[in-house]
Amino acid sequence: MSTTAEARPEAPLPHGKPVGAGRGRPVGRFELWAWLFMRISGLVLLFLAVGHVLIMHVFEEGVDRVDFAFIQLRWASLFWKTWDWLMLVLALLHGVNGLRMILLDYVRPGGARRAINGFFVILGAALMALGTIIVVTFDPSKWPMS
Amino acid sequence: MSTEIKRKGRFGPLYKGHEGQYSWLLHRVTGLAIILFLFAHVVDTAVVGWGPDAYNRVASVYHNPFIRMLELGLVAAVLYHSFNGVKIMLIDFFPRLTRHIRFLDIATAVLFVGSMIPITWIMGSAIVELLLEG
Repeated sequence: MSTTAEARPEAPLPHGKPVGAGRGRPVGRFELWAWLFMRISGLVLLFLAVGHVLIMHVFEEGVDRVDFAFIQLRWASLFWKTWDWLMLVLALLHGVNGLRMILLDYVRPGGARRAINGFFVILGAALMALGTIIVVTFDPSKWPMS
Repeated sequence: MSTEIKRKGRFGPLYKGHEGQYSWLLHRVTGLAIILFLFAHVVDTAVVGWGPDAYNRVASVYHNPFIRMLELGLVAAVLYHSFNGVKIMLIDFFPRLTRHIRFLDIATAVLFVGSMIPITWIMGSAIVELLLEG
């Protein structure tokens, strides 16, 4: 694979950059921070979300064993509470920013763009608040152990 | 190479049809699917705050074999998005790797398919058992 790529004469690609120059990075304070955030949160979510999916949905009976008693036991541990809360916050920010990127590509009129983006930002913020309240206030000892 | 550039995409304005086009599209589609599911998933998990009766009623949705097939799709989406995300970070932080983009695209696909084989087996047999039960 690499030998054929190396052997080819280094003509500029259609976008005018030489082969191997990499991709551009966004210009502007907010966009550059958003770009960096996607990569950092993506790296953390690689462990949090893939771990979560494998534990909860694939191994050891997967979702078949998930019921209230299971959560009660799981959220008795500060480790899993922290894991789930961090995943909640990072995944919502990563996902809502991803939606914004898609929107920039497909929706042109500024008003519609702002309206749809605003809707997802508010939805994301509301769900982040709901999830945070539930994770922080959930007290396993409040409910009878089954 | 030149013939490839001249060839028009079959889907209108979509880009030429290199491997990268499909990984770009898959990254977008899987990301969209995951965030839309996440919106619902935060709400269904939040029901634990209302105690065992409420939560177990919500969790019983996951005993439906059709929902379980969607769940398999979700796992696939998370894995593909993760592996392809690593590829994106590699080429963004080590720009010279764009020379080997074709290899990286294929490696990502192989890693994804390879990991989905045992996962499909594990989750698929649970779905078959559910179908046989009910």
